[in-house]
Parts: sequence; structure tokens; C-alpha cells
Amino acid sequence: MIDYKPSIAIVDYGLGNLFSIKQACLFVGLNAVITHAREEILAADGVILPGVGAYGDAVDTLRRLDLISVLRDIAFSSKPLVGICLGMQLLMTESYEFGRHKGLDIIAGPVNRFENPKDKDRLLKVPQIGWNRIFPAYEGASWQGTPLQEIGEGEYMYFVHSYIVQPQDEEVILSRSRYGHIDFCSGVRRKNVYAFQFHPERSGPAGLKIYLNLRKELEKARENNEYKDGD
Amino acid sequence: MNVRIIPRLDIKGPNLVKGIRFEGLRVLGKPEDFARYYYEHGADEMIYMDVVASLYGRNSLLKIVEKTARDIFIPLTVGGGLRSIDDIRAVLRAGADKVSLNTAAIASPDLIREASRTFGSSTIVVSIEAIHKGDGTYEAYVNYGRDRTAVDVFEWALRAEALGAGELMVYSIDRDGVGDGFDLELTQRIATAVSVPVIAGGGAGRITDVYDAFTCGKAEAVALASILHYNFVRNMRDLDGDYTAEGNIEFLKRGKIPAKIQDASLEDIKAYLSEHGVACRRPSKQAGRLSCGEKEN
Repeated sequence: MIDYKPSIAIVDYGLGNLFSIKQACLFVGLNAVITHAREEILAADGVILPGVGAYGDAVDTLRRLDLISVLRDIAFSSKPLVGICLGMQLLMTESYEFGRHKGLDIIAGPVNRFENPKDKDRLLKVPQIGWNRIFPAYEGASWQGTPLQEIGEGEYMYFVHSYIVQPQDEEVILSRSRYGHIDFCSGVRRKNVYAFQFHPERSGPAGLKIYLNLRKELEKARENNEYKDGD
Repeated sequence: MNVRIIPRLDIKGPNLVKGIRFEGLRVLGKPEDFARYYYEHGADEMIYMDVVASLYGRNSLLKIVEKTARDIFIPLTVGGGLRSIDDIRAVLRAGADKVSLNTAAIASPDLIREASRTFGSSTIVVSIEAIHKGDGTYEAYVNYGRDRTAVDVFEWALRAEALGAGELMVYSIDRDGVGDGFDLELTQRIATAVSVPVIAGGGAGRITDVYDAFTCGKAEAVALASILHYNFVRNMRDLDGDYTAEGNIEFLKRGKIPAKIQDASLEDIKAYLSEHGVACRRPSKQAGRLSCGEKEN
């Protein structure tokens, strides 16, 4: 299939700049559609759950659009699902952003606020806005076979967030970053589910590489499925 | 924490312009050319400021934003003449990541609250354009430095934060384009009083000014114009294009760079900061190749 372009559904629930995600997808040769229609989300080869804004509002909107079960079904299928920023936090069990809110509970663990990050004596601003480096979860861990494949250890990515995810199972941590004295999880992976606290679509060429890797993974997934179908 | 270096592109019609104290605007070139160059040379974000949007409408700005968003993958903040939630939505839809509000926010501060609720705080930058008064106070100005407001900038900064601004851009009109350095007192007083990041703007004439904004000024980011734009122009004299359509083209004909501006590239600035203990992002060469090489495969 030479001209085949994998398709990706960018879940639209009213918040955030979905256009930059779409542009990044188009740039690496993905067919991208911004949608909140169940059929379109289910039909795509992969799904991106983006998000900027308040946790509680986002969950309410997803519920109102009847998308929670759809996203959970995808997470527990083999179709790639990628959470970005608030989209990553939504995958967790619950968040303590202005009260307690239930999340999609796809990855076990809470979302908590950055607590007074300090750089030497200087109290750092929350939200963290800007470029920060990502490192493998532990020394010797590899990003091979994930969307971070071939990204350099310590590469800079663009972050905008006040809250961090704290997965219960350390195994799902894909990358770590450090803001002041606080070491936090900046990327997770659970089988077909990936999520990043940073914005790959705003992280220059290094971030685009993540989208390119995603495209390759979608192509591979499709080849495998076709092979199975033809069996 | 890594500080951010943000080229600020003031745009008039189809052109990038630069003046002194927001006056005597010179046409320097096409904003798209500058934006592309800055993206490829390690800019951490970009700001587009439409200097006449409130007077002439902003269709040309939306076109420039759309074009930029297609191949520049760092955050883009757009400001100038945005008056309503619908205006904000229009520039976000064109591809901006954040908007900067000044005139309309001072006229009706609730716009900040409504905009940050609608689009998320991190999307809303409040731009504070200040003039230093003889008595030591600072007054906020609107309409690109044309109109005074009697609003005290320090009170306004706290109020804007409380209303939901995700960042503050603190811009000294007195220093704009002059090259004598940032207004460090203004920057430092606001940066230490608010809990959101502060972008310092107005006045950088040399690399050490940028360093001072982070150390003495306590800013999280700087917006730079002259120091970067004149460096680009110096390096790219072969720019072609039709600059005669509007504005002052004397600069492009004669090409004299203002005496106090010791222009520098993004790489020069970041190298200096890193060597002097101010952490900032230095993009890897390896990653840099992806933007041109791998797009088509």
C-alpha cells in the first residue's frame, strides 16, 4: 500500500488548540480529522486525546458527548491512543485540581499539583511554561518501539502545566523530567496507550519526530491487521 | 528552569516593522521570513503583534498566522486589536496557541476571566504596556502606546493574574527599540509579585541586557525584537520581495542599524546565557535535521 496514509482522530471536546496538533499530523503525512463523533473516532487508525484547561470541565464535556466509554474501549483494544497534556491527565484515575474529579481510569494513579518547585533558593512559577528535558524512566531504559524512539535522552520538549501525573505502577513510566527539585513523570505507556505531559506538536523538530514515529506505528499496526485478515 | 527567548514580530499589514517607543515604524521585511529563520535557529516561542489591527481590521494578520502555523512548530502568541471572545477564537482557529490582550482587557477586565474560562488560562497572556512617570509610578497605556489609562501597572498586574491571565508580558514603552536595556525595576517588581510567568519586553540592545532581565529582572522569558531583527537583516541582505506597498522603506534602502543596538543571533544569546549560568534550551543538531529532511518520506 504505497499511497496509504494512516488516519488519526483528534478528539474535539471544545478546549485547547487542536489546530497545531492537526498541522503536526499533516506535516508527517497522517490523515487527521478533528471530531467528537463516535463513528469517526472508532473508524480512525489511531486516536489523540488533547486538552488544555480545567480537568473537571473536560471530564464533564467528555461525559456529555458520551465519549468516556468509547475512549476506554479504545484504550483496552489494540488501537493506539495518545494523550497530550490534559489529555494525559484525563487517562489517570482521578485529579485533585480544584476538588476531586474522577478521570478515565485507564492508568492507575492520581493527578496532583506541583508543590512549590524550587531551584536552589528561588521558588519556581506554577504553571511550568517552557522547555524542559525528558529522560528515560530509569538508567538503561530504552525508548525503542515507542513514539520516543530515536529521540535523544535529555531532548527538550515544550511544557505548559500546573499538575503532574503519579502512576501507581512505575512500569508505565516512559519518561521523566525535572522542574526545580521535583522529579515528575512526563510520559507514560501502557500497551497501546501513550501519553505525554508536554506538547510534541509545539516542540519543534524533536516533537515532530514523535508524530513521525506514531505514523510508522500506525502503518505497522495496519500491516499486521491486513496480514491477519488475509489469513 | 529554562528561560525562554521569544522573538517579537510587530506586524503592520503584510510587513514586519520596528520603531522606537512604538513610533517611527520601519519596514524590515516579511514576517514569515523572520519567523522561519527564528524557528530554525532555536526560538523558544514566537509573538506576533498586529500594531494597527484595531484601526484597519486584521485579515492580513490571520493569513500570516495561518501560513506560519503550517510549518512552524513552536508556540505562537498573537496580539493586537483582539476585542472579544470571537476575535480570540478566530486567531486560535488560524493557528495561534495563545493570545495577548491589552486594550480590550483594560476596557473590560472581565474579558480576561471569560477568555481564560473559555480557552484555558495558559492560552491567555495579558500584555502590560508601561510608561514610567516622573513620580516613580508606572502607567498602563493602550492602543499601541497611543492612549493613557490612569491604571497603575502594579495593581493591574495583580488584578490580571487574579482574573485568570496565564502569563504577563511586561513591556516598557519608554525602552522600546532604544537599546539601553530592559526596565529592570518594572520587570523585577512584577515578576516577584505574581505567581504566573513574566515575559519582559522592551529595550534589549545587547546580549548582557538579556542576561540582566533574567538575573536582576527575575523574568521567566524575554521578548526580543531589534537585537534579533537587525541581526537577521544584516545576515540576509539578499531578501527579495515587495516592501514598497506600505510604510517606511528607508531602512531597507540604506540599512543603517540604530547605534545602540549590538545585534545578536539566538545562538549567540543562548550560548552567552548558558556560559553564565542561566539555563536555556539549546536545540540538538540531530533533531534539527528532521524539519527539512524527513518531511516527505
